[in-house]
Amino acid sequence: MTVAENVRTKYEAVIGIECHVELKTKTKMFCACENEFGGEPNTKVCPVCLALPGALPVANEEAIEHMLVAGLAFGATIPAFSKFDRKNYFYPDMPKDYQISQYDMPLTQGGIVRYWLEDGTMNECRLTRIHLEEDTGKSTHAGGGDGRIAGSTHSLIDFNRAGVPLMECVSEPDIRSADEAVGYLEALKRTFVLLGVSDVKMEEGSLRCDANVSIRPVGSKDYGTKTEIKNMNSFRSVHRAIESEIDRQIAVLESGGRIVQETRGWDESQGVTHSMRSKEQAHDYRYFPDPDLVPMEIDASRLEKVKRVIPDAHLPWNRFARYHGEYGLDVKQAAQLIDNLPLADYFDKSVEASKNPQQSMNFVLGDLSRLANETGTPVHESAVTPQSLAELIALVEGKTINSKIAKELLQRMWNGEGSPKAIVEKEGLAQTSDTGEIEKFVAEVLSSNEKAVADYKSGKTNILGFLTGQVMKASRGKANPALVQDLLKQKLS
Amino acid sequence: MSLENKIDVRYVAKLARIALTDEEVKRFGAQLGDLLEHVNVLSELDTASVPATAQVVESRNVVRQDVPGECLERDVVLSMAPQKQGPFFRVPRIIAEEG
Amino acid sequence: MAALRQAQGDIVRMTAVEIAAAVNSGKTSAAEMTDAVLAHVDAVDDRIGAFLTRLHEVARAAARRVDERVRGGEKLPLAGVPIAVKDNMCLTGTRTTAGSKILENWVAPYTCTAVQRILDAGGIPVGKANMDEFAMGSSCENSALGVTRNPYDLSRVPGGSSGGSVAAVAAYEAAIGLGSDTGGSIREPGAFCNVVGFKPTYGRVSRYGLIAFASSLDQIGPLTRTVEDAALAYEAISGHDPMDSTSIDRPVEKASTALRADLKGLRIGIVKQFVTEKLGPEIHALYQQSYRELEQLGATLIDVELPTADYGLATYYLIAPAECSSNLARFDGVRYGLRVEGADVGAMYEATRAAGFGPEVKRRILIGTYALSSGYYDAYYVKAQKARTMFANDFKRAFESCDLIASPAASSPAFQFNAKSDPYSMYMMDYYTIPMSLAGLPALSVPCGWITPEGPSTGSGQARPMPMGLQLAAPLFEEVRLLAAAHAYEQSTKHALKYAPSVCHPEVSKDPEPVEGRKS
Repeated sequence: MTVAENVRTKYEAVIGIECHVELKTKTKMFCACENEFGGEPNTKVCPVCLALPGALPVANEEAIEHMLVAGLAFGATIPAFSKFDRKNYFYPDMPKDYQISQYDMPLTQGGIVRYWLEDGTMNECRLTRIHLEEDTGKSTHAGGGDGRIAGSTHSLIDFNRAGVPLMECVSEPDIRSADEAVGYLEALKRTFVLLGVSDVKMEEGSLRCDANVSIRPVGSKDYGTKTEIKNMNSFRSVHRAIESEIDRQIAVLESGGRIVQETRGWDESQGVTHSMRSKEQAHDYRYFPDPDLVPMEIDASRLEKVKRVIPDAHLPWNRFARYHGEYGLDVKQAAQLIDNLPLADYFDKSVEASKNPQQSMNFVLGDLSRLANETGTPVHESAVTPQSLAELIALVEGKTINSKIAKELLQRMWNGEGSPKAIVEKEGLAQTSDTGEIEKFVAEVLSSNEKAVADYKSGKTNILGFLTGQVMKASRGKANPALVQDLLKQKLS
Repeated sequence: MSLENKIDVRYVAKLARIALTDEEVKRFGAQLGDLLEHVNVLSELDTASVPATAQVVESRNVVRQDVPGECLERDVVLSMAPQKQGPFFRVPRIIAEEG
Repeated sequence: MAALRQAQGDIVRMTAVEIAAAVNSGKTSAAEMTDAVLAHVDAVDDRIGAFLTRLHEVARAAARRVDERVRGGEKLPLAGVPIAVKDNMCLTGTRTTAGSKILENWVAPYTCTAVQRILDAGGIPVGKANMDEFAMGSSCENSALGVTRNPYDLSRVPGGSSGGSVAAVAAYEAAIGLGSDTGGSIREPGAFCNVVGFKPTYGRVSRYGLIAFASSLDQIGPLTRTVEDAALAYEAISGHDPMDSTSIDRPVEKASTALRADLKGLRIGIVKQFVTEKLGPEIHALYQQSYRELEQLGATLIDVELPTADYGLATYYLIAPAECSSNLARFDGVRYGLRVEGADVGAMYEATRAAGFGPEVKRRILIGTYALSSGYYDAYYVKAQKARTMFANDFKRAFESCDLIASPAASSPAFQFNAKSDPYSMYMMDYYTIPMSLAGLPALSVPCGWITPEGPSTGSGQARPMPMGLQLAAPLFEEVRLLAAAHAYEQSTKHALKYAPSVCHPEVSKDPEPVEGRKS
């Protein structure tokens, strides 16, 4: 149910997001089983991740490294001392009936996620923490007909996923709308993909998120009662679910009711959230430090090494600030580049070489991307290097060739015919700005297009375009189009 | 701080997922109360300036390389299952989010 | 027949050192050794009950492999040595039960690192040994799957939780018993059965494949008839294991070649708080005598203090149950072991665990869950971990003025079945051994004399002398010093050789009284 706009504006939404992100490692968090999506059920298990009697965990070095990279990229603090704790509860897809997680000494604290909205505004959301833990197995609920727990008669468990390393990212409640929530999530996704710490594919389950949503009257500093929203399977669901929940809460308050603190599940098909628990069940997780693992001590020199791995200039918000803020690319264009990492790298290099962001963008997103689609070769693997593109751009800017010739030139470069300068010389493609030569062509065209000339003189000024085209054709495209137009105008006046 | 010598045995048994008979609740209540009485002497110790031992060993940063190793054969894995269905472990229905 | 039994008796009485030497030199084969031992097991174990599972086929196959390797020129430190494996250690293809109904029919698909190292060294596993359920107990009476009797008096307990391993060694059914010690479960049974029981420094022996009880306290160690054998076993099983994050990465010094003949120059601490008078005049006298024997070997006795000593039981009985309550959560009927069906998964958990766990295990899970629960965590678990630090500090201070600490290993000789029906009185059996466990120190029990206790015994009706054990403890990582001293004491006093176990006693012919099962 949507709420009237004037009612909506009375309230402010306060939203926090909690994400679980599977780390991209070759093996699981505490054992050497492969960490790979898919595969036959229960084939990627061992005594450790199956929790056989006597098995013991040993931490995955790469997972810890990924955590440090991700934390530092967001400007988080990495404490000198960190440890693993056991979170004790029973669930059939949790082999040990406790999860190895982090409680009071997580690997990262604080940090800021910078993101942008569709209109190009940049925003910030603070992180509370990111900690490291292990994933559970996967259960499917059968016998009920719709796959949900309610109504099922039994559940089937696959432990392939049990023990996969998981990052839990908890944000502060700085988010104020569904749009911001999605912006935040996209920023997380872009950053993790850039850093190589996760593939972040919601459809594969490598990103799962819950949202904590509350509302308060605009201007109030107190927090309203929050609900936890689960079961959102895509960024679009997140958007719809948050909007739906905000509306629901507003409707409740407007009708004089109270928000109940509870967990609510998003129902994609019905477009609403349902209460998942009739009363809030407090979990006593009985956290205590895991005695099978030893603490982690991260010293300054290790952090320095990690910092050097992070490509600051390539972090999504830094790129966005450059592309949209400095170069003036629009939001969609900027995002298109940023989301294609090799292409963004290519773009950056060609801007560096050509000092011309606008033209670089035109070619990269225009003709080069077209050629890539047609030939199946990605831009950055083609024969057109950023340096040669820069050369081409210089030729255009210097008016040595016109844009039509540039297209032809680009095709030849793509085909591996050599550097732009060389091709221009060899093929004589330099556009001519020799007034005398152009006058010859102009004269030729005017004399063979008497009707057009008459039409122009009688007021159909748009005929100029046709005549210009004829001159270009006569010159085999090499005439400087601007000059052609000037000369034509002169001769026709 | 004063510590009680009575445990809410039913509540703790619920947390620990062990069904107890009424007789067991009574018997364990008494026995554990007795143990707690002995254990409460710890409150006599002045531990204000003492750190808790998490482990005796002083190792730090024990990790393994991210290199795949051997898994168990699925036949072996499923042969241990009290109940299975195809390639899955099967359990009775889950009532709600367990905790 | 008697001569055969005599010959057989000679073979099975051989120490691990003797057996390995004989097999490596070709004087006998692993197969011959194994046949003799298995025949002996079949002859005596119906009365002793050391083994829940006898491993005839596995043993014979292992013996064939050892003989092949020896013929190929290899010299194996434990060639042909028969081993009893406590049933909380996984061995591929064998039933591994932890003494519990919840794992009564579980067959392990992988092998415990310590056991694998024994096999690699040429050891022959002859049986999976009985134990208190999940290692919780001090008499082996908490086993849900069998009764083990003390070979020195079949009406008495062998001690626990490594009751099966110690009984097997005492009755010559194995030369080395692998046990596990959390609060004294190797040392106390050793004392009860005239056997050396050795617990290395925490972290020296991998726990991978050992069914966990209390992770920060559990250690695997050997039970043997001589200290030299214990040293040999220790060398085989110890050392860093990448599969156990708490396993220490530190070279293991050879102890078996560093044994000594006297204790000259050693300062041995006698703990002021360990008042032996309260153990009764006979036992007090026995320990005073043991301490004198140490002096006679050249040691200087020093008074030391462990001010936190009386808080050991309280500390231990919070930390161990807390850790075990978490470690035993995995026994839930989902992936292996016993399952009792339920209308839903929650009911299934509760019914399975109710049926699968015995009363002592339930008690410890309950108290452990309570100690970790919200509102009580700081007052109980954290407090106990702080007390634990105080123990470590106490020992550090004590070891500034001495090289080893001596004490009783247990407060009494082996008691009769069902003698300690009150849980706390059973916990008291670990009074002397717990402090060393809390501090992670290497410690052992070595036979130090005999007491004839009151009460009936099996066989001739005459009260039989029962063994007592002296505990020696060393600072962290000082296993060599510890074993060397124990060896000197053992070789000079020869207490262990004074009496033979009753199972080998010709007078013992009638079967022992059946033992009433533990109810509560």
